Amino acid sequence: MAIFGKKYFKVELDRPERKDDETLWMKCKACGELVFKKRVRENNNICPKCGEYFFLTAPERIELLVDPGSFEDISRPIIAADPLQFTDEDGSAYPEKIKKAQEETGLANEIIIGQARIGGYPVILAVMDFRFIGGSMGSVMGEQICQAIRHAVKERAAFVLISATGGARMQEGILSLMQMAKTASARKMLAEAKLPFISIMTYPTTAGVEASIASLGDITLAEKGALIGFTGRRVIKQTIRQDLPEDFQTDRFAFEHGMVDNLVKREQLRDELIRVLSLFAPLLTQSPAVAIEAHKKEAIV
Amino acid sequence: MIYEELQRQIEQLRILSRNGLDLSEEIAQLEAKLAALKRQTVAPAPSPSPATELDDWERVKLARHPKRPYTLDYIKSLTEDFYELHGDRLYGDDAAIVTGLARFEGQTVVIVGTQKGRDATENVKRNFGMPHPEGYRKALRVMKLGERFGFPVITLIDTPGAYPGVGAEERNIGGALAQNIYELFHLKVPVIATIIGEGGSGGAIALAVGDRVLMLENAIYSVITPEGCAAILFRDATKAPEAARALRLTAPHLLRLGVIDEVIPEPPGGAHLEPEMTLGTLKEALQRHLCELLALPVELLLRQRREKFQKMGVYEEIPESSLS
Ligand SMILES: [Zn+2]
Repeated sequence: MAIFGKKYFKVELDRPERKDDETLWMKCKACGELVFKKRVRENNNICPKCGEYFFLTAPERIELLVDPGSFEDISRPIIAADPLQFTDEDGSAYPEKIKKAQEETGLANEIIIGQARIGGYPVILAVMDFRFIGGSMGSVMGEQICQAIRHAVKERAAFVLISATGGARMQEGILSLMQMAKTASARKMLAEAKLPFISIMTYPTTAGVEASIASLGDITLAEKGALIGFTGRRVIKQTIRQDLPEDFQTDRFAFEHGMVDNLVKREQLRDELIRVLSLFAPLLTQSPAVAIEAHKKEAIV
Repeated sequence: MIYEELQRQIEQLRILSRNGLDLSEEIAQLEAKLAALKRQTVAPAPSPSPATELDDWERVKLARHPKRPYTLDYIKSLTEDFYELHGDRLYGDDAAIVTGLARFEGQTVVIVGTQKGRDATENVKRNFGMPHPEGYRKALRVMKLGERFGFPVITLIDTPGAYPGVGAEERNIGGALAQNIYELFHLKVPVIATIIGEGGSGGAIALAVGDRVLMLENAIYSVITPEGCAAILFRDATKAPEAARALRLTAPHLLRLGVIDEVIPEPPGGAHLEPEMTLGTLKEALQRHLCELLALPVELLLRQRREKFQKMGVYEEIPESSLS
């Protein structure tokens, strides 16, 4: 795997040079206005003209939430294997698909896990990136989520999961289904250690992930604009042969049907998290090692 | 043959709906199946393979065979004094999942299984073996009841999947599946799951977190139906046979992948040809595993269950040296 190298591993947020697009302006898909890209980015990827949410990549999302300079990637150095030797009908083999996703996203996997602070509180973050094969859960995501939970217990940190996923990774067949059980089985460690698990559902949180770890939070928040559900709209529509309610599987739908605790606007997500974390503060004992590390980092910043 | 059967079922449903019953959903479903079948029959039939080395797609067809023994057939033949329990105490009763207490070899056990119907009327009742959230919540309720009394849990799985409908989503089917999976890891009694027909995705694993997972020789267990996989990845639902092969969803494959513990042999041609033989073999296996599991202290049992699933998955380790 020499070619792979560290190119994609260890996500660093504070790269001085962020890869900028050639064009300065973009057209909002919702209101059609031309908006200044830099302004959009500064505005949490929300259209400054109409408030439309654009996708956030996992690194962008982390940057939006954590205390500056506090994030450290703790991903296990693993990448997807091809246990089924799966080839799509268009002839592209699964490993090719992975490689392409890595090149396009600059990430090793569809999920980044890291240790950070949010409002000073220690957290372990697990953040999915929808660009990477739809943020789908295969063996790697399953293992990284378990690794994140193990770290949360070790560091006495809160576990914050941010989902952006279409569900299971079909190319790993049954093994992707098994990740539903694998992640659910690790979740208990947090309960036993009396550590909070905050699950944040974004656009989209569906199928195999929604029907496992994402639905097992102590506190469940939906980001405004989220899509939350088990079966996709298209499949349901085909089955029942009826039009679906306009708000079907939206954030509002999930809230009204009692599936989430609160709906949160993207720009308020960090503050909301801090409010929640503060209520668990006594349990998030800062082990000396964590406290010292954090102190050092703050000093540098 | 299946074609005629479907047509007959649709006809029956139409007759039923004249009595004021709204069966438009079910009729639409059957019509969709019929249409899919029509498309399939146009495609060239897969070449026949010897009975001993069945093609994966042949096995899919056997797993869905309408004469195959269903959960209630197993309950009837394997247990005594079955007493069915109904309702989730929250919303309703889902006949797509059968739950109850029964005696298995003298030991009271909890039985939970998904149930398909044999004919149109029963399929309306059983929703073609596709449960709603209340089915999974009933299952959890009864398993916890069993736990209170130390009754081991035997689950039998034969479902195309959880029902893809509006009501299911409104009542949080995803959350119900997640809760079952989670709770099964902490159920302080032995759990033995058997895939007897179709093991359809999340709707199957929500009943299949067991200390042992057994699978009938011609059963299938998959993250998605071959049709669904073909539609999404191959953009062509008629490529289901290819998708079935690609997904490695048959018992021999799954044994190799470490997902199941034992394959229960079936007679040549499938379980429905000699049901007694299959039932006998499964009974012996259940007895053997139950005996082993009942001997374990609860803590060890739970730890092993957790570790069993923690090990599942295949990925590639990147050597540290290539990272620096
Ligand atoms: Zn706009």
